[in-house]
Amino acid sequence: MAHAYRAGAGGVVTKSIGPKPREGYPNPTVEQLGSWGMLNAMGLPNPGMEEYPKEIQEALGAGAVVVGSLFGGDTEEFASLARRMEATGVHALELNLSCPHAKGYGSEIGQDPVELAQVVRAVKSATHVPVWAKITPNTHDPALLAEAAEKAGADAITAINTVRAMAIDPVLRRPVLANELGGLSGPAIKPIGLAAVWKIFERVRIPIVGVGGISSGRDAFEYLLAGARALEVGTAVATRGIQVFREVHEELAGYLEKAHFRSVAEAVGAAHRR
Amino acid sequence: MRTIVRIDEKHWETPSTVTLRFRYPPAARPGQFVMLWLPGDDEIPMSLSYPSDELKGVTVKAMGDTSRRLLDLEPGIQVGIRGPYGNSFDLSPRRLLVIAGGSGGATLAPAAESLRQKGGSVTVALGATTAKELLFRERFSALADGGLEIATDDGTMGHRGYVTDVAARLLSERTFDALWTCGPEVMMVKLTRLAEKSRVPIYCSVEREMKCAISMCDACAFGPFHVCSDGPVFEGSALHKIPDFGAFKRDPSGRRVRA
Repeated sequence: MAHAYRAGAGGVVTKSIGPKPREGYPNPTVEQLGSWGMLNAMGLPNPGMEEYPKEIQEALGAGAVVVGSLFGGDTEEFASLARRMEATGVHALELNLSCPHAKGYGSEIGQDPVELAQVVRAVKSATHVPVWAKITPNTHDPALLAEAAEKAGADAITAINTVRAMAIDPVLRRPVLANELGGLSGPAIKPIGLAAVWKIFERVRIPIVGVGGISSGRDAFEYLLAGARALEVGTAVATRGIQVFREVHEELAGYLEKAHFRSVAEAVGAAHRR
Repeated sequence: MRTIVRIDEKHWETPSTVTLRFRYPPAARPGQFVMLWLPGDDEIPMSLSYPSDELKGVTVKAMGDTSRRLLDLEPGIQVGIRGPYGNSFDLSPRRLLVIAGGSGGATLAPAAESLRQKGGSVTVALGATTAKELLFRERFSALADGGLEIATDDGTMGHRGYVTDVAARLLSERTFDALWTCGPEVMMVKLTRLAEKSRVPIYCSVEREMKCAISMCDACAFGPFHVCSDGPVFEGSALHKIPDFGAFKRDPSGRRVRA
């Protein structure tokens, strides 16, 4: 995390942390799909909330803005994890309500607006730092989930998580990922993320953190125009290296300048005001 | 993308080590590794013991469950390969000392062969628990123009004791431009200290838990580095700054545990 921050990221989002150490799924956990996408079913491996604060301290010590991502099996677990995560000194919490491939976690809670709202409400009343609800695209209407999160008190919406997907090997005639199903990320999902951010922007007032297939300044600019106010980059670290943060920043500055936007804020949602 | 390849050949190198050869065209440099998928089982990182040949190869020692099952594979079985990944050995040293412990020879032997082809001179110190477990003894003997020295824990061949004793003696007797090593991490830690004392640069091939192999998942986090893409070959001066070297590794959950 400290490394990414020093490489030019404005802030870092942690791995999603749960209550106990979790090994995740066996390999293969990742399938690279040419230049257009990546498929993963890591299975939320994490060292657990007991151990992880050490790493957060390191990142905070390096001066990074840290967003603590967490996942739980139910409302109480989310709330108690949120309390412990807040105590580490993170600047905000991101609730992973959207992992598409871990049974009993993520999507299974996050696809239901009622359950999602309960989690957000519980976390909000247990903590004081801003709470971001990361929502899934694997639903007929992501904006409905965003509305539920906003009503429950969320301070921001993160959209989107990976898109449920799989790969089958034609020679062996079997699924590639050990977990069979996984989540698609990378350039292939940028249009899906843009559409989600677009619809969410129309229906909620809280800020949107755009994520999904951002690997260049142009992608970042498009997300701002759709309505995102902050951006997350993940998969592009594998394709462009850790310098991707600085590069996207610089490229984005070029787009903003060419369009005569004096700040990021001016570009947010600009495509809605034609 | 994975490529499904057929295992064309299998050779027993020692009673606990086999080499599997397969056709996999992508170019690779000595020191790099591939991810080898045993369908229905697991996918593990394997150094290429034959990175430049038409028939590429990996050399597997029975360590975990999956490597044990790889030993039982018969030619004709299909496995998945992706890669190669990681950095490689720098082939510029003129007078090189290679110290191979246990299965470390799998990555060092082809690298040393490449250096010889470029005109460098190579001396090898090879260590194992016992004579029968000396990996690539003949291969090293054929390439080591500066001589092959052997150490076994039980004294069944060469020096009785650690290969680091042999390395210390060689460093005191002769001049080298660089050291390459791969094997148990305690051995590599000792060697980095020896190299520092002798003021010779040392390059260590490091192993860690591996999942994505493309610098995404953080499973192979090693100080500020990812072993999969910043390594697996690290220079001694970088290793000195990594508290994990010789002390900690990460388990599959990402927890730091004693190595």
